[in-house]
Amino acid sequence: MINIALPKGRLGEKVYAILEAVGYGCPAIRETNRRLIFENEENGVRYFWVKPSDVAIYVERGAADMGIAGKDILLENDPEVYELLDLDIGKCRMAVAAKKEFKDDREGVLRVATKFPNIARSYYLENSREIDIIKLNGSIELAPILGLSDVIVDIVETGATLRENGLEPKEDIVDISARLIANKASYKFKNTELKTVTERIRAHIGEDKK
Amino acid sequence: MQKTKQSISEAAQKLEAAYRAFGYSRYTMSKFEEYDLYLANKNFLVSDAVITFTDFNGKLMALKPDVTLSIVKNYSAEDGTQKLFYDENVYRAAKGAREVKEMRQLGLECIGKVGSYQAAEVVSLAAKSLSALGENWVLDLSHMGFVSGLLSALSVGASAEKEILRCIGEKNPHDMLRICKENGVESTLAEKLAALAELNGSLEAELPNIAALSINAATDKAMQELSEIAEMLKILGCSENIRLDFSVVNDMSYYDGIVFQGYLEGIPMTVLSGGSYDPLLKKLGKDAGAIGFAVYLGLLERYFTHKAEYDTDVLLIAEESDSPIDIAKAAASLAGKGFTIRVDNTVNIRSKFVMKVSDALQQSGL
Repeated sequence: MINIALPKGRLGEKVYAILEAVGYGCPAIRETNRRLIFENEENGVRYFWVKPSDVAIYVERGAADMGIAGKDILLENDPEVYELLDLDIGKCRMAVAAKKEFKDDREGVLRVATKFPNIARSYYLENSREIDIIKLNGSIELAPILGLSDVIVDIVETGATLRENGLEPKEDIVDISARLIANKASYKFKNTELKTVTERIRAHIGEDKK
Repeated sequence: MQKTKQSISEAAQKLEAAYRAFGYSRYTMSKFEEYDLYLANKNFLVSDAVITFTDFNGKLMALKPDVTLSIVKNYSAEDGTQKLFYDENVYRAAKGAREVKEMRQLGLECIGKVGSYQAAEVVSLAAKSLSALGENWVLDLSHMGFVSGLLSALSVGASAEKEILRCIGEKNPHDMLRICKENGVESTLAEKLAALAELNGSLEAELPNIAALSINAATDKAMQELSEIAEMLKILGCSENIRLDFSVVNDMSYYDGIVFQGYLEGIPMTVLSGGSYDPLLKKLGKDAGAIGFAVYLGLLERYFTHKAEYDTDVLLIAEESDSPIDIAKAAASLAGKGFTIRVDNTVNIRSKFVMKVSDALQQSGL
């Protein structure tokens, strides 16, 4: 029995569809109810719906053998897990964004609003830029508009949200996509099962690309 | 998560016996060391959260986060080869945690003339430690010399090297290949690194595979050492659950030889960690080699329950009408017969038998 933590939301639904397609279906999961755990003994799999930013914690602590998390969550929290596969979905990027007219003249401390303080800190450390981090939990685009910060470090997909708020991406930090992660101990003791899941998904993604 | 049938103390006793059986003797030390020792060797420590205080002489001291550094600091070549084990509390914060916790740690060090036999002996004791702790266990074995040998052939900058090392530790071939490409690493070399990251299997099965990945004198030497150690482990009778796996990655400035990590089924994190750390000895000015490991007993506490079925054999109910003298007589009589007793007037105790004082007295003819 493999325990898999799925992120609640669009990405999780997409990932489940892939898992179902490669033989790890669990029909009960499609029933509309508030349950959080779904098990299919035949396929040897148990799923949990988990807050996306918590998937890595469940996997790191062994409550789940595997999970799917965005690279942004992994970079921000640096969990002690194996990262077995890049699922090549949920693609976006982490970027610095600011008001169109903003230009960093490197005078003084740059105020950075972000949901990802660790990623922001290490990015600016590389550039030796002194910053003041303002950790927010949502609607980060508001910060530079209201003068709370000079820039934001946030996930950018199409850039539509930024544009609608008069902001634009200034610097790209890193590409993001969904990754398959595994608990290190589970990898030792459920080695064959975990390897099989990985290979099946890898093959399926390869097929899709063609 | 399975709960095992033995207690932590019983497990620790088994480990101690196993170490003594190979001539290791106990090393004890104080709770505190000078903070300088840890400051100068930060990267050797598992976590950099250290509790410090100033002693009465104004010296900055630390609650020890580690034992190995102290053993090495006090080692002198005149002592010859030292074989030591320890059972100490260390003070550390788990990764990402804010609080420093007191954790029991059992460990073993072999310092002095350390060759491949000594390495095999230490690895076999690590294997014995795991099997004493649980039925199902795995010991992953790697060689930092092999990894650093491959990395040196890349000629990439320090930060790219660090990233690549991280990918090996994460079993992450996709990011590895991307970083190699970005840094102009030639593709066959990149693929060898990716294969190294994914490698995982029994020593016998996988050793031939790493021969294919060996590319220079450094990797050849490391591979030879691994083969020798593998053969000795077989002779010492413990190669069953030992696997070759390069995701065991340790700081290369301290570890340049074999490294290993142990896991127990049902426990999600590493329970044992060790390796050969000659560079640390050199850094501390000691002319010797060293290899050892630590068992994180503190982490295992919660998995080792020793819940007895009963709190006591006999619950002796003392009623209002019973005189204290009678209670004492009943208690003495039962205790004299070898029962554990609890004198009480509630029935919320798990006991094998429940008895009234009057009945106990009657039974013993008092």
